[in-house]
Amino acid sequence: MDILISGLLLGGTYVLIAMGLNLQYGVARIMNLANGEMIVLGALASFWVFTSAAISPILTIFLVFPIAFVGNWLIYRFLLLPLVRRAKTQGHLEVDAILATFGMSFILIGIVVSLNGGYFTYSFLATPFELLGSTVALNRLVAFIFAVIIAVVLFLWLNRSRAGMAVRAVSVNPGSARLVGINVEKVSALAFAIGGAVSAVAGVLISTFITLDASVGVIFTMKALIIVIMGGVGDVRGAIIAALILGLVETTVATLVDPGLTLAAAYFIFLLVLLFRPQGLFGKPQT
Amino acid sequence: MSSGRTLLDIVGLTKSFGGLVAVNGLSFNVKEREVVGVIGPNGSGKTTVLNLISGAFRPTSGSIHLSGQDITRKPAHHIARTGVARTFQLVRVLPGLSVSDNVMAGAVFGRRRLWRQQARSHAQSLIERVGLHDKHRLPVSSLTYIDQKRVELARALAGDPQILLLDEWLAGLNPSELQTGISLIQSLSEEGRTIVLVEHVMDAIRTLCDRCIVMNSGQLLAEGSPDAVLSDPAVITAYLGDD
Amino acid sequence: MTPEDTRNILIGIVCVAIAACVPLVFNGYWLSVALTAMMYIALSTSWALFSGPTHYISLASGAFFGIGGYLVATGMSDYNLSFWLMMAVSAVVATVFAGLIGMATLRLSGVYFVIFTLGLAEMIRNMVSWLQNNVLGSRGLYVLTDFTEAHIYWMLLTVSVAVFILGALIARSRLGFAMRIIGNDETVARHVGINTARAKVLLFMTTGFFAAIVGAIIAPRYSYIEPNLVFSPELSFLVVIMALLGGMHRLWGPLLGVIPFTLIWEAISIWIPNFTTLFLGLAFLTIVYFLPNGVVGLLEKLRGGATP
Repeated sequence: MDILISGLLLGGTYVLIAMGLNLQYGVARIMNLANGEMIVLGALASFWVFTSAAISPILTIFLVFPIAFVGNWLIYRFLLLPLVRRAKTQGHLEVDAILATFGMSFILIGIVVSLNGGYFTYSFLATPFELLGSTVALNRLVAFIFAVIIAVVLFLWLNRSRAGMAVRAVSVNPGSARLVGINVEKVSALAFAIGGAVSAVAGVLISTFITLDASVGVIFTMKALIIVIMGGVGDVRGAIIAALILGLVETTVATLVDPGLTLAAAYFIFLLVLLFRPQGLFGKPQT
Repeated sequence: MSSGRTLLDIVGLTKSFGGLVAVNGLSFNVKEREVVGVIGPNGSGKTTVLNLISGAFRPTSGSIHLSGQDITRKPAHHIARTGVARTFQLVRVLPGLSVSDNVMAGAVFGRRRLWRQQARSHAQSLIERVGLHDKHRLPVSSLTYIDQKRVELARALAGDPQILLLDEWLAGLNPSELQTGISLIQSLSEEGRTIVLVEHVMDAIRTLCDRCIVMNSGQLLAEGSPDAVLSDPAVITAYLGDD
Repeated sequence: MTPEDTRNILIGIVCVAIAACVPLVFNGYWLSVALTAMMYIALSTSWALFSGPTHYISLASGAFFGIGGYLVATGMSDYNLSFWLMMAVSAVVATVFAGLIGMATLRLSGVYFVIFTLGLAEMIRNMVSWLQNNVLGSRGLYVLTDFTEAHIYWMLLTVSVAVFILGALIARSRLGFAMRIIGNDETVARHVGINTARAKVLLFMTTGFFAAIVGAIIAPRYSYIEPNLVFSPELSFLVVIMALLGGMHRLWGPLLGVIPFTLIWEAISIWIPNFTTLFLGLAFLTIVYFLPNGVVGLLEKLRGGATP
């Protein structure tokens, strides 16, 4: 029961990470390997604001979201869009995007290291809390609740608003979206920026209960990628379930076997997905 | 022409993509040295049939035999080696390779599996065969559209296939190129090649085909000589609608 | 053999002869830099054999390299086996492992492959550390040999020469021709009769083989081995960046990336060590935006030749 609850709480945060990457890869078609660094930056911001001004991470969210939105929009507009425009094929763009985002990821790591080479440790709501008979740290629960709220808002925005509909249209087929008068470049930039902002907010929430440092970004990138692929690219429902599965499996392995093996567990799931359901949990088999 | 043995035998071929049935219980056969046209309105499943034969897609059910060998769910490279060569609806040449290397690709890995000098000279003879005499050293991206189509045809022929699948090979050519194209395919047929072609150009169908398969909504609508099927009321209705 | 081939072979022999003399002229610091460069020449060139034609970015070098170093250390330290035997064992293990990874991921799109290899070294490191701590018992692994840096350098030179010879042979073989076609259009490749999955897996196995051998040869340099040292994700990225910097459409392209990059890297590591990651990032961006065909592409452009 302890495992189930902390697994689900962890999965809740993964949902947020995966939604960020899903927007970037599913809509803007950019496999953003610097996604994890965006999480780290969010965590660093939260750490700074908390330790220097004692402002609650919950409030930091409202600061981080717009900054990360603008930052990611600029990255897309000035670094990635030229690649999209020059790419002859999807495969070509994929390779370019992978290399460019690797570059960005290293640059961001370099910047974070020069700002703060140590661990981002601070204590926020680290009080035990009784939930369905298990004891969990209150910060995990709060992070989970905020992850759910953000996910719901994002989901509603995607499914109810006009802009959200354009985003979904581009995700399904950029060519047809262009035909019905959607500005694909603009929508892609929007999706990329929101995706990055959501990832940064996820970083803020995660930093309340996990200690991060400059180098862990790649681990989060890996996990986000595994979730997105397991859930099926562009499939929000699939990503949520995949995130919860990953959270549960990792918590189980960490509790029952060894915390050092969580990445191995994530890999094992990834391998199963690649072998048996490369199109995602709910995807239809492609030919 | 129909006295030859059956080369390609298709029985109950079905392909569905999710809920959409693109090809539904299609059966037909192609005899040796025959030219068969597959026609039908847009979206009737013609190209899907070629994709199923060449192994680009796997059939949902049904069977495909080539000279008695079952090629139904075999991978594309295996089917190519067994003796099915194809061209693509939107011409697909290998842009980084010379004309000669493009054609060699078929000779080296197709049914003949030639190598080095043999492959080179075989490719050269086919380059001349399709009318690209002095262009074998050029990068393929510098060629005109019809010349790229010729390269693709030569590549398909280079594997010495038992059967040649042409997917709208004549589409996009101007009237004079079209005449050249039609006589090229006609000369291949006179050489004794077995050809299945998907085509919209009705003149070409009438000139080239011994027999026609008419498809509608993934099913066989009519079969027979080009003149007979094209005057069939059911076929006309399928093309023009019910009114 | 064409006159051009003869010329290339002669140039190759001269280069190898010069390279072989390095330990006789330099020692200490410069020999160790040369050794590092030689290690990356072998790794990047063999990496490009696979990634050049397929455009699949493999980040598995660190994992295979680690398998080489770690198996040599374990075999010599815990089981008293010979260095040469363990080198052979690690090469076989890495090749088989590469085959399995290839079969699982190379039939899918390139992105899946990159992602899978991205965390591979880290995952193996975690598992090996866990096994060492919980099953095998934690002991230090010592690799004690009589090899000097010069010996290691010459062994790596031999491996590099082997990679070049193999690369030249592959380029002339059916497999090499198949890879060029796959790199142009994989769908066409399948339809002319190429077993694309098999071709890709075979070449990926070669990179695994060579990376493990290099890892095994390097092990004596460190004498004390632990998983964190040999399963290094950073190494995978360095291999990628050097090969891309040099240019992958020529067999000798990566060479032109390794030499300048190693020198700059060494300089930065000494004078501004905190800057290395940032530099790595800048190098990636430089390649993507300014040097898409690497140094080789740039040279060919300057000479007015057509870049492929």
